Amino acid sequence: MRIPGLGHGIDRNRKVGFSFNHRRLTGFGGDTVASALLAKDIKLVARSFKYHRPRGVMALGSEEPNALITVGTGDAAMPNLRATQVELMAGLKTRSQNAWPSIEADFLAVNDFVSPFLSAGFYYKTFMWPRGFWEKLYEPFIRRAAGLGKLPMAHDLTPHEKAFAHCDVLVIGSGPTGLIAAWAAAEAGADVILCEEDTMLGGRLLHENEEVDGTAGHLWAADMSERLAAMPNVRIMTRTTVTGAYDTGVYGALERVGRHVFSPDEALPMECFWRITARATVLAAGALERPIAFENNDRPGILLSAATRGYLHRYGVAPGSRVAVFGTGPDAHRTARDLKAAGVEVPYLVDTRSDAPALEDTEVISGARVTGTRGRKALRSITVGARKLEVDALAVAGGWTPSVHLTCHMNHRPVWDEGVQAFVPAEGAVPGMVPAGACRGVYSTAGCLQDGLRAASDVLDMVGLTPLSLALPAAENGAEVPTPLWHVPGQGRAWLDFQNDVTVKDVKLAAAENYASVEHMKRYTTQGMAPDQGKNSNLNALAVLAEATGRSIPETGTTTFRPPYVPVALGAIGAGARGAGFAPRRLTTSDPDSRAMGAPMIEAGLWFRPSYFPRSGETHWRDSCDREVKMVRETVGVTDVSTLGKIDIQGADAARFLDLVYANKFSTLKPGKARYGLMLREDGHVMDDGTTACLGDGHYMMTTTTAAAGPVMSHLEFVAQCLVPDWDVHLISATEQWAQFAVAGPMARAMLETLVDDAIDDATLPFMGWMDVTVGGVAGRLFRISFSGEMGFEIAVPARYGASLFRLLIAQAGAFGGGAYGMEALNVLRIEKGFITHSEIHGRVTAFDVGMEGMVSKKKDCIGFAASRREGLLRDDRERLIGLKPVAKDGQLLAGAHLFTQGDKPIRVNDQGYVTSVGYSPSLGCMIGLGFLRSGPDRIGERVRMVDHLRKVTTEVEICAPVFLDPEGERARG
Amino acid sequence: MLINCPFCGPRDLREFSIRGADVALDRPEGTEWSEAWQDYLHLRENPAGVSQELWQHTGGCGAWLVVTRDTRTHEIISVRSAREAAT
Repeated sequence: MRIPGLGHGIDRNRKVGFSFNHRRLTGFGGDTVASALLAKDIKLVARSFKYHRPRGVMALGSEEPNALITVGTGDAAMPNLRATQVELMAGLKTRSQNAWPSIEADFLAVNDFVSPFLSAGFYYKTFMWPRGFWEKLYEPFIRRAAGLGKLPMAHDLTPHEKAFAHCDVLVIGSGPTGLIAAWAAAEAGADVILCEEDTMLGGRLLHENEEVDGTAGHLWAADMSERLAAMPNVRIMTRTTVTGAYDTGVYGALERVGRHVFSPDEALPMECFWRITARATVLAAGALERPIAFENNDRPGILLSAATRGYLHRYGVAPGSRVAVFGTGPDAHRTARDLKAAGVEVPYLVDTRSDAPALEDTEVISGARVTGTRGRKALRSITVGARKLEVDALAVAGGWTPSVHLTCHMNHRPVWDEGVQAFVPAEGAVPGMVPAGACRGVYSTAGCLQDGLRAASDVLDMVGLTPLSLALPAAENGAEVPTPLWHVPGQGRAWLDFQNDVTVKDVKLAAAENYASVEHMKRYTTQGMAPDQGKNSNLNALAVLAEATGRSIPETGTTTFRPPYVPVALGAIGAGARGAGFAPRRLTTSDPDSRAMGAPMIEAGLWFRPSYFPRSGETHWRDSCDREVKMVRETVGVTDVSTLGKIDIQGADAARFLDLVYANKFSTLKPGKARYGLMLREDGHVMDDGTTACLGDGHYMMTTTTAAAGPVMSHLEFVAQCLVPDWDVHLISATEQWAQFAVAGPMARAMLETLVDDAIDDATLPFMGWMDVTVGGVAGRLFRISFSGEMGFEIAVPARYGASLFRLLIAQAGAFGGGAYGMEALNVLRIEKGFITHSEIHGRVTAFDVGMEGMVSKKKDCIGFAASRREGLLRDDRERLIGLKPVAKDGQLLAGAHLFTQGDKPIRVNDQGYVTSVGYSPSLGCMIGLGFLRSGPDRIGERVRMVDHLRKVTTEVEICAPVFLDPEGERARG
Repeated sequence: MLINCPFCGPRDLREFSIRGADVALDRPEGTEWSEAWQDYLHLRENPAGVSQELWQHTGGCGAWLVVTRDTRTHEIISVRSAREAAT
C-alpha cells in the first residue's frame, strides 16, 4: 500500500498506466514494476522454478530471486527481467512466468505436493529407470515443468550496441563509498567513470532514513551527483551494471539504454555492452541483506528488511498494513522504527537476541525465531514457538553479505572475516582494484565515507596523482554485526535458494550422501546456479553445509563467482555481429558489375567472388560453367584475380630473402621476369605457392593464394624481423592497392593488343615475363602467366581504375566471342592442368607429395629445408598427388571420397588415399579429379574404387597423371 | 587485456596474434635434420608461471614482439621488439 508523504523517488504528479497479467494498473513516475505492484497490494507475482510455489517480491534490485517477469509481447517479449529493476512507463506490458494456465491457478503447482520426489539429485534417482523413458518421457516433462521464462522463438531483432571506454579511475557503485571515492579521485584530477546499476546515484542512502552532512542522505547523494556531473573529468553511467572483471583493468558493463524509454527512437539500442579499461578501480559494490531459512519462508509478503525500508522511503510503499519483523539485530529494529514512523502497524518484532531492546507499541519477542508461516498466495500468519501471530507481511533481517563477486572473477576466493561473519575480498584479488565500504564489511555510513576516501587515495597513488585533503562529511557511525542465524531448525521445507528452489533439507541430503565438498553440494542441489548466482543465499547454504558436516564455514570454503554479475543478453554481447556485421566483407572492384551480370557470389575467406556468369537459356550452373571453360579454351575469358595476396618486397637483401622463404631459387630471377614459387613451413610441409615477379634490382612483387595472403604476410614478417633481423628487406601488403584481371585463351593476346598501347608479342613479353603497359592512359603492369593452361595474361592497374578496366575487358572479350568466367570454370580449368590449390596443399602435404620435390633447391638453405629431408617425408609409399578419371564416362567423382584397392573392403584400415578436387571437364567429356594415393605416381593406369560413405557413392576410377590437358604446356607458351 | 606495443603504445589484446614460445627466434644452424631441429620445431615448455612468447601486432604495426607473461595471472611483465631481441 502507498504511504502518503513518503517516497522521494517517485513523482506523484505523474501517473503511469501499465499492465500486469493483462490487468490494467497505475503507478507513478519513478516506480519499478515491483514497487507499483506492492503499492496495489499485489503480492503473488511469480511461480517458483521447480515446485511452482507462489512467490512475491522479496528484494529491491538485481539480486531479486522471485519476481522475474516477462516484459513486452510477441516476438519482442523479454523474459526473466527482475520486476525490481523494470522501470514503469506508459503502456508497459508485463506478465508472470512459469505458471499455466495462470499465476492464480497453476497446474504444475502439483509439483509442490509431490516435492518428496523432487529433492536434491532427483534427476539422477527418480528418472533412471526404465532407461528408454528418459528421452521420450522424463526429459520432455522436466523441461516443460521446470524453468523460468520462455524466449520467443523468432529472431531477436532487439537493437543492441557495444562500446568502449577508458579512464584513470573506475568507481563501481555509488553509495556513500562510491560517491566520495569518485569525488576525491575527480578532485585530484583523475578521469573518472562512475558506474551505478540503479537509475540514480546514492545506493543505500536512497533507501534509508538517515542524515549525511546534516541533510537527508538521499539529498546529499543528489547534491553529490550534481557536483560530479558538473565536472568535465567525470562520466556518470547510471543503469549500468559492471558485470565482469578481466585482465589488465578491463571491465564488462551492461547499460540499460532503451528499456525504460517509452517509444524509443529507432537509433536507441535496448542495451549497450561496454568494455571499460581502467588504470585503477574502486569497488564500492556494497552488501546484500540475507534472508533467514525457516519453514515456509518463501510466502508472498515475506521481504527482506532493508528492501522493506527501501520501498518505504524511496517509493512510499509498505508491503502490508500489519507487518512483523524478524531479525538478528539492529536492522530489524530500524525497519520497525521506520515502518512505525510511517504509520504502519508493527505488532511484533521477533529478535534472536535474548537481550533485545524494547520498543514502544510493538511486542518484542526476544531470543525467539519464526518457525513457520501460513497463507498460500499471501502471508496470513507467522508461527513463533507455540504462538500463531496474524500479520500480512514479514520483514526479515538476516545480516549482510558483502558483494565480493567482482573480486572473484580472476580466480581469487574471498576470505572469511570472523568480525563481520562473512567472506570479504582477498587482498589483491584483482590487480588495480581496491574494494571499499560495505563490500569489504564496513557497514556504517561514516565508515564507508572514510573507507571511500582511503580507497580513492590508494587508486590515485596507482595512477600517479596526489589526493587532496578533503573534509569527511558527518554521518551515522557504529554498525553492530550481530551473531548470524543461518537457518531455523524444523521439520518442513526452509528455502535457501529461492530462485532454484533449494531448501535446507536438500543441502543436508547432499551432505548425508557425501556431497560434502562445497563444489559437489552446489552441483548436486543446484544451489546458487540460477541466474541470480545465489546472491542472497550462498552464505546461508554454506553455513548449513558446514553445520551438517561438522566443519567451520572457512573450513568448508566457498564456491566462486563468475562473470557476468547479472544476466546479459547474448544480443548485447554480440551487438553488431549479426548478419553482415558478423565478419568484414572484402569486395573486389568488379563486384558490382559481376552482381549486375547475375553472377552468384561465393565467399572465399572474407572475399566475395563470382561463381559463374549465367546467360539466357542456361538453367543449371553446370551449363554456365561448361560454356565458360570452353570459352577460355577456344576464345578468351576474363576473371578477377585481385583477391590473390600481393606483397611488395624491397631492399638490398630482398633476393636473398626470397631464396630463404621459397623452396626454389629466386636470386637468379632477372627484372622483367616472373617465377612460380613454392613456399614451405619450417616443418617441411607446403605452406603456399604463387608467382613472384622481379620489378627491378632489389624489388619484387610476390603473389600468394587468396586464402593464405594474411598468414604468408605474417610469416614473412616473422622471418624478416626475427630470423634475419639485420638483413635489408622491407615488406608491405599491396593486395588492396591493385586490381588484377586474368585474360586467358587463344585470343587473349589479340584482345589485349586492342587495349594496351604497347607491343606484347612473344619477343617483348615471353611466357613468365612481365612489363609496364599503358591501358587507356593508365599505367599498369602486364604479366604473362597462366593458371588455365591457355595463353594467359594478368593485367594490373591501381585499384581505383579496376571497375572501369573490368568493364572494358568484358566488352572487348565479347567482341572476340569471349566473356567473363567465374570460380567454377577457373577451378575446372586448373584441374584439367593439374595445378594445385589449397584443396591439395591443405597443410599435411610436402613438396614430394605434390610431385615438386625437384623444386626444393639443394644449393641453398630455405625455411623448411632441413625438416623436408626427413626420411618419413620422402617415402615412396606416401599418399602422393595423382589424377583420377571414372572408368565409365558418366561415373561420378566426389571431393572428400576415399580410395580403395580393387577387392579390398572399403573400411578405414584399407584406406589408400582420398580425392581433393573434382570437376566436369568439357574438354574430356567426363568428370576428372585430383587426389592423393599411396605410392600414387607408381600406380598410373591402375583401377581403384572411389567410395563416399557419406553420400553413398562408389565409382570405379582410373589413376592417371595429374595433368589432363596439354602436358607439354604448349598452349601457354604460345 | 592490454599489450604495450613498443611502437604503438598499449593496445587491446584483440589486435595481437600469438605464435607461441620465443624459442622460435633461435633457428638452428645447418640444413641437416638434427636433434636441434627436432627441439626447435616440437619441444616446448608449458610453464605455470613466467613464459616468454612471440606475439605479432597483426591489427596494428605488424611488429613481432617478445612478450614476457605470467600464465597464472596473465600479468604482462615486459614487451619488447623481437627484432631487437633477435639481434
